[in-house]
Amino acid sequence: MTPGWLVLFALIPLTGIGCFTWIMVRRAAPLLRGAPDPRLDHIPQRILLVLKYWLAQWRQPRYFLAGVLHIVVFFGFLILAARSIQLVVLPFAPEFDLPHWYGIVKDIAASAVLVAVVILAVRRAFFKPARYAVPERYGKDHTPEALLVLGLIATLMVSEGLFEASAPGAHVTFATLPWLFRQALAGSGERLLGGVNLAAYTVHDLTFFFFLCFLPFGKHFHVITSLPNVFFMRLRKGSVKPVVHGMTDAQLDSLQSFGVKKFEDFTWKQMLDFYSCVDCGRCSDRCPANRVKRPLSPRFISIKARDHAFERYPAFGKHAADGKPLIGSIYGEDEIWSCTTCGACEEECPVGIEYIDKIVDLRRGLVDDGAVPQSLQKPLSAIEKRGNPWGKLEKNRAAWTTGIGNGGVKLVEKGQTAGTLYFVDSITSYDARMQKIAQATARVLGVCGIDFAVIGKDEKDSGHDVRRFGEEMLFQSLKEQNSEAIRASEAKKIVVSDPHALNALRNDYADMPPVQHVSEVIAEALDEGRLALRPLSDSRKTYTYHDPCYLGRHNGTYDAPRQAIDGIPGLRRVEMEGNCRDRSFCCGGGGLMLFYEPDEEQRMGVVRVQQARAAGADVIVTACPYCLTNIEDAIKVAGFEGQMEAIDLVELVASQLPETRGEA
Amino acid sequence: MNILVCVKRVPDPAENEISVAPDGSDIRREDLVYSVNEWDNYAVEEALQIVEREGGSVTVVSMGPPEAEEIVRREMAMGANQGLLLSDAAFDGSDGLGTARILKAAVEKGAYDLVLTGAQADDGAAQVGGMLAALLDWPFASVVNRIEVMGNGTLRVGREIEGGSQEINDIEMPCVLSIQSGINEPRYVGIRGIRKVASVEIPVLGAAALGLPGDAVGAKGAKVRRIDYFVPEAGTGAEMLEGSIEEVADKIVELLKAKGGIR
Repeated sequence: MTPGWLVLFALIPLTGIGCFTWIMVRRAAPLLRGAPDPRLDHIPQRILLVLKYWLAQWRQPRYFLAGVLHIVVFFGFLILAARSIQLVVLPFAPEFDLPHWYGIVKDIAASAVLVAVVILAVRRAFFKPARYAVPERYGKDHTPEALLVLGLIATLMVSEGLFEASAPGAHVTFATLPWLFRQALAGSGERLLGGVNLAAYTVHDLTFFFFLCFLPFGKHFHVITSLPNVFFMRLRKGSVKPVVHGMTDAQLDSLQSFGVKKFEDFTWKQMLDFYSCVDCGRCSDRCPANRVKRPLSPRFISIKARDHAFERYPAFGKHAADGKPLIGSIYGEDEIWSCTTCGACEEECPVGIEYIDKIVDLRRGLVDDGAVPQSLQKPLSAIEKRGNPWGKLEKNRAAWTTGIGNGGVKLVEKGQTAGTLYFVDSITSYDARMQKIAQATARVLGVCGIDFAVIGKDEKDSGHDVRRFGEEMLFQSLKEQNSEAIRASEAKKIVVSDPHALNALRNDYADMPPVQHVSEVIAEALDEGRLALRPLSDSRKTYTYHDPCYLGRHNGTYDAPRQAIDGIPGLRRVEMEGNCRDRSFCCGGGGLMLFYEPDEEQRMGVVRVQQARAAGADVIVTACPYCLTNIEDAIKVAGFEGQMEAIDLVELVASQLPETRGEA
Repeated sequence: MNILVCVKRVPDPAENEISVAPDGSDIRREDLVYSVNEWDNYAVEEALQIVEREGGSVTVVSMGPPEAEEIVRREMAMGANQGLLLSDAAFDGSDGLGTARILKAAVEKGAYDLVLTGAQADDGAAQVGGMLAALLDWPFASVVNRIEVMGNGTLRVGREIEGGSQEINDIEMPCVLSIQSGINEPRYVGIRGIRKVASVEIPVLGAAALGLPGDAVGAKGAKVRRIDYFVPEAGTGAEMLEGSIEEVADKIVELLKAKGGIR
């Protein structure tokens, strides 16, 4: 090799690495200005996350074809990394060789990657899966970027194969890409082979470093950021980030501003999320708000913020001055209020991007600026003054207990105590329909032999959705009042029938006794033989179970409710395949979402009822008062009144208790 | 522009279960929680928006018991610059005219270009705004749902009139406007906002400070007295239509035609 070529092959990597370093330093700039978020805790657990979600690509096959193809490309890249390094240093260290077995593996890998890339390109260009479409309001189509990158990868594979095939004496693996090229080049003169070899090397070297420097300009940034993003993933589900990490609740009053208003108010991890977005559209494909055409698409929460970051903090040139408020520039108010915090997006994201915390942070900013939709202001004010969103009298909070037999229900407000506390929460305490859930829960707990009490007038709204709607200070006040009342009750255990209360007490409150959902209590009692349910007398109906978001996705309780339902002899249960368990479709949202008037084409509940109908179900069993409210309404809206019905799990179980005569 | 907004502390039906006391003298008061009258909230928001555009200052005033301070503070948390509480045992039992006299005295102690009130109160008779204007000898527009500042001391105001129609008038300042709900979207005030203004001093003016003779206001000066409170008995005539959606719709059309509602 002439010195000229050697200089070129030294310059390409040096320029490439120089550029890449510069770009990465620039990309890190906003992260350094972001809000703090200490995530260097629980290192072993984080390493396991990396092994599961990054290395084992755990979530990829949830979308089967794309997932499998991605796994091929991903492992191809991992395998070919060593070869790429070898190629870069080859002109200067010709004796640097890799083991023979590696040569075979990398030949197979490169061939597999090329095949996968061709399929992916055909899929992108001709089949155009719907989840990649870019609605007009979000800008231009992203297909050219995807095809460019696929082209770059194909170029790398082809040039590497040609280089290997044209190298004298190099081993090529049978039936792989280099082998094919070797066949094609057979009989060529030494001069031609040498030319091909040099050209292939140059193209590979240039493409490799161009690709490296191109990564931080688009969705392929994830090739670099997904590893740290998964490592720093959220460990605790169901929780909401504090307003400011490292600040006690008491210190919140000293804050000048609350929540996220401009880009720099995001934490560095939230910014890293934006960089890591793969633009795969899985989040939005599963997002119920997006499905019913509310003005929210989680994918574009990320993409818009990423583009905003790139614009404000360009790789070359000056950083822009102080940013505009995000609301009104890249996000709209309705967009931010549209989220039900169901968590379907986060469950799906292959690289562990978090959305709920961002939505809550943006809402905190809106609340701080007074920009709360009119429909939510009265319920919030009523919760503040009365502890429930309807302005019902505190003294009537336990009114549902009248009419329950066996000496009624123990009330902490009357000085009675018990080992277990049934935390009822607002909707189940006051709503005439949902009071039946409370009554059924009381009966079931009684039959299971659990000594329990209810707080009564001193119980306030759990504040679960007050917090998720961004009213942190009101939440703090409710939390303090409830924590005080729960401590005063001296209970050692808490049972709830509302998954929102479950999540609040378990994940938002601190130092609470262990909390269980009533479905878990029932499943345990069935297991231990403390409870046996009567067979259904009418076994013509087919049942399906709707996983409430805050019982399933946020708290991982999928089996107990199913066990409880299956504990009724003669009951036929079907699954809403593809839309059950961690892929459950939100009913429309609970808490304050009941009061919000979204801009949508269809109700989420109606979609859910249609899914149940398609699964062949006549009865939808839920385990959440909000789900029941939304689904009962949706059955009417969908026009299935009289044909379908909804019932809470605990009502269903109560109707099959041994000593009762009623029937579901 | 200096704007005074008159606000009232009322039990909001969205936060209370309102029921009539057994003796019919009043509603049951023992379990009530109070907040600012909804219409007044729109008036304060409108004043804040005018001042954001035109400059000036917003003062919020309330006539009521000492507890009315909490709603004045709440409106200050929305952004009002000053608060004023008109409270005196001598004011108890004032009728609409008495309330208007007390507010007039407060208006005359300041230098306001514009006075806003809510169109009505949850527990009121929609009378104070008009009376206040008359006592001040200022022009008045009621049920205002649009305000445009025209310069040269004139406002162009939209009024909602029967049947949802809109009427536009020019009105000279100083003037009194009663504000209809829906004119804007009042901003939210949370616990955090209230805490920020928790230590702001709110002056309290009584009858003496306002130069009001004791017999012109309060129960003594009242010429309107409430006789009774009751829930009307449910009448007859309501009819539940039954059947499928199509059948119900057909019956409604039939009934509306029969009663002359549609032709």
